[in-house]
Amino acid sequence: MTATASPATRSAAGAPDLTRAALSGRRRFTNHLATAAIWLAVLLAVVPLALVIYEVVAKGGGVMNMSFLTEDIPNSYRRDGGGMAPAIVGTLLITGAAALMAIPLGVFGAIYLNEYGKQRPLARVIRLMADVMTGVPSIVMGLFIYISWVLLVGQQTGFAGALALACLMLPVVIRSSEEMLRLVPDELRQASMALGARKWKTTLTVVLPAAISGITSGSLLAVARAAGETAPIIIVTGIVFSPNVNLFDGFNTALPAQIFRNASQPFEAAQDRAWGAALTLIVIVLGFTIIARLISSRFAIKER
Amino acid sequence: MTLTNKSPDPRSALAQRGRSALGDRVFSWWTLGTGLLVLAILGLILITTVREAWPAFDAMGFRFITERVWDPNPATGDAIFGALSFAYGTAISSLIALLFAVPVSVGIALFLTELAPRRLRGPAVTVIDLLAAVPSVVFGLWGILVVGPALVPVYQWIHDVFGGVPVLGSLFGPVTTGRNFMTAGLILAIMVTPIITSITREVFSTVPRADKDAALALGATRWEMIRGAVFPHSFGGVVGAVMLGLGRAMGETIAVALVIGGATNITANLFAPGNSMAAVIVQQFGESTGTFTAALIGLGVVLFAMTVLINVLAQVIVRRAEARMKGSVA
Repeated sequence: MTATASPATRSAAGAPDLTRAALSGRRRFTNHLATAAIWLAVLLAVVPLALVIYEVVAKGGGVMNMSFLTEDIPNSYRRDGGGMAPAIVGTLLITGAAALMAIPLGVFGAIYLNEYGKQRPLARVIRLMADVMTGVPSIVMGLFIYISWVLLVGQQTGFAGALALACLMLPVVIRSSEEMLRLVPDELRQASMALGARKWKTTLTVVLPAAISGITSGSLLAVARAAGETAPIIIVTGIVFSPNVNLFDGFNTALPAQIFRNASQPFEAAQDRAWGAALTLIVIVLGFTIIARLISSRFAIKER
Repeated sequence: MTLTNKSPDPRSALAQRGRSALGDRVFSWWTLGTGLLVLAILGLILITTVREAWPAFDAMGFRFITERVWDPNPATGDAIFGALSFAYGTAISSLIALLFAVPVSVGIALFLTELAPRRLRGPAVTVIDLLAAVPSVVFGLWGILVVGPALVPVYQWIHDVFGGVPVLGSLFGPVTTGRNFMTAGLILAIMVTPIITSITREVFSTVPRADKDAALALGATRWEMIRGAVFPHSFGGVVGAVMLGLGRAMGETIAVALVIGGATNITANLFAPGNSMAAVIVQQFGESTGTFTAALIGLGVVLFAMTVLINVLAQVIVRRAEARMKGSVA
């Protein structure tokens, strides 16, 4: 098969002189033009990425030091110095709490889709709606949590932010975990069932462990995305200038919200803080992303 | 004989009712419940936001979407909440974004599926992944402090060159600031490129090997093969991918809020500041009360309805395209 197919794929380089010499100038030119355009497209994606990372590292690196990571946020945008500790604490706590809520629920949702629902109408609707839910704007999720939680308890809190991020993470976790569960070979399920294990036991002790590395990496990617979400945090968590470790009482803040607030200020001190916060955030987000990729490449189930 | 003698024991163990059968049922209900959570959240979003936005809808009626004036605190008379200007800003910035992002994304997808040498494929995918991983607020920060100011002379030059031409003149009008529709569109383009690329790439990779080989065997150049075999086969899927990108662009809040300029404005001039629905919500929510808050939530309702509609359509299109392709491969 491959032996007969491979000469065809390399038509231009092939042995008979049918091809390149016979090619009219116009066709050859169009082909070269298209190839150049494709390379240009790749370049157009690389340039902004390189520029944004360069700017963040260059400008953020300038303000980065131990006190930036450990001091309180100055309560005036004009004031020099200070740090981002409250926002770092907030980001880690809020995202962590969101992950604790969204990942288990999402994994169980995925178990429903792949082990019980399969191609039933209800499962297909849930699958479609999970995909649609990943497209719901984060600001709308922020408004939703504001109405259904903040107005209910009467206070903006870090936990409200965690709820909003959890809602944003949930569909991502469901869909990526489902993909991973689908890769688990059916023989494992059959073997476990043949040994007399109940379906719930099979699922929890055989299927889930087999897919756990993929689920972990998918979930980490969802966490990384959520850590960078800004709009819901601004709507539902309020703002603080010193660290608040209690998610259920009092306002909180997070790195993205601080970047947003400081970026639109005309004062250089504020803009510097925004760049520093951006560098911190990127390091956190890329950290999660890299760990996720390492896990998935190291422990991946081989596709069959 | 021994087999038949032994058989009752294992059967009784396997078929035994009771705790583990109950466990099975509880477990399946529990997973079903978590699956239904998705539907519940989507339903609750619709119900709660519409209810909370009702005072504004009630006060404005249909003018909420046809009125271009947005005046929450007028000197005299009632507050006016018209979403049209913001809807216009959302539409214009998203269209600019697609105009730039779609050709680039299709190009990258073609690069990954047809052109890239094996050792460049990995790094190219990493670039797209990283682009998707950078938080939107960081793009916004970069846009407002670096890109916007840097593009002012470019905009000025375009205005000087095309300002006198009839149609282009109104599109490329006077430049007052680097924070405008165009900058917002460009930043959005960077942000929606990864999602359009990844879906387009999946669609391209389902084009049957045989189709491509047939085109090449007939003497087609690579570009002719792409035009004759890849594009016709994946048109539906690409349309779906573009619509998903549109949905993301419309809902993007923070980057747009930073770079679009914050003016209530309907103008053909792409170099003028404006505002988008999502951006208005995040900019003004903190200082709003009463009907004003309801009106902002109303913007959220409109945004939610539009993005859900677009996403459902896009998902159905992508699914149908994928199903059709799998059929033809088999």
